[in-house]
Amino acid sequence: MASPTPRVRVPANAKPGELIEIKTLISHEMESGQRKDASGKIVPRKIINTFTAAFNGKTVFEADWNPAISANPYQSFFYKANESGAFTFTWKDDDGSNYTAKNKLTVA
Amino acid sequence: MTSMSGQMTRRETLALAAIAGLASFLAPKMVFADEAMVAAEIKKLYGDKKMDSGKIKLDVPEIAENGLVVPINVEVESPMTDADHVKAVHVFADGNPMPGVVSYKFTPACGKAAASTRMRLAQTQNVICIAEMSNGSLYTAKANIKVTIGGCGG
Repeated sequence: MASPTPRVRVPANAKPGELIEIKTLISHEMESGQRKDASGKIVPRKIINTFTAAFNGKTVFEADWNPAISANPYQSFFYKANESGAFTFTWKDDDGSNYTAKNKLTVA
Repeated sequence: MTSMSGQMTRRETLALAAIAGLASFLAPKMVFADEAMVAAEIKKLYGDKKMDSGKIKLDVPEIAENGLVVPINVEVESPMTDADHVKAVHVFADGNPMPGVVSYKFTPACGKAAASTRMRLAQTQNVICIAEMSNGSLYTAKANIKVTIGGCGG
């Protein structure tokens, strides 16, 4: 499978104190570890277990995902804009790899 | 007559035993969580602490046609200041192979304690949500979702 591609929607500009909604999506099969393949063997679990959003290096939101999260996991949350800076979004895979995305936010 | 009715009961008992045996043989091997397992998970996190209802807006469909993708939006009423904010929100499902769905950690920087995602539900079941406030108080909400096609690939 192709390496997971994160997609993030963050407004580029915000007014100070404005509440913005951040929507994220990443392509990932989120193999639950419950499914069986054609030969009846259990397909080993491989999910993204943690999603973290940080703004200027400080964690603002975190989600711990279980196998009950759908494939191509979607996550949205809110952020109160106060200063300009950059978001770093990190998805942690069961296999140890990290996928990241960065988005700038200008507050004026 | 008495012996006859006695025989019938014995026969019925045997038939019932046979049916029960067959049912357990035919039942799917997948083990599902139940309310007790969810309660145990919550106990692991918060012990026997008192939980109040209210404050949580759990937005889920009443009927999910596809159990593989069920949208869930959780919103907790809170001013989200340093002194008074929502610290964590946990979502559990009592009819999935494992009770946990998602755990969120919020900070005052969020401005609003709300998040949406999409989950898998294996069958018709309850979704239970627990919110932990910065002062340690707990709130809970529950919703029943009817699932037409289960989402566990079993």
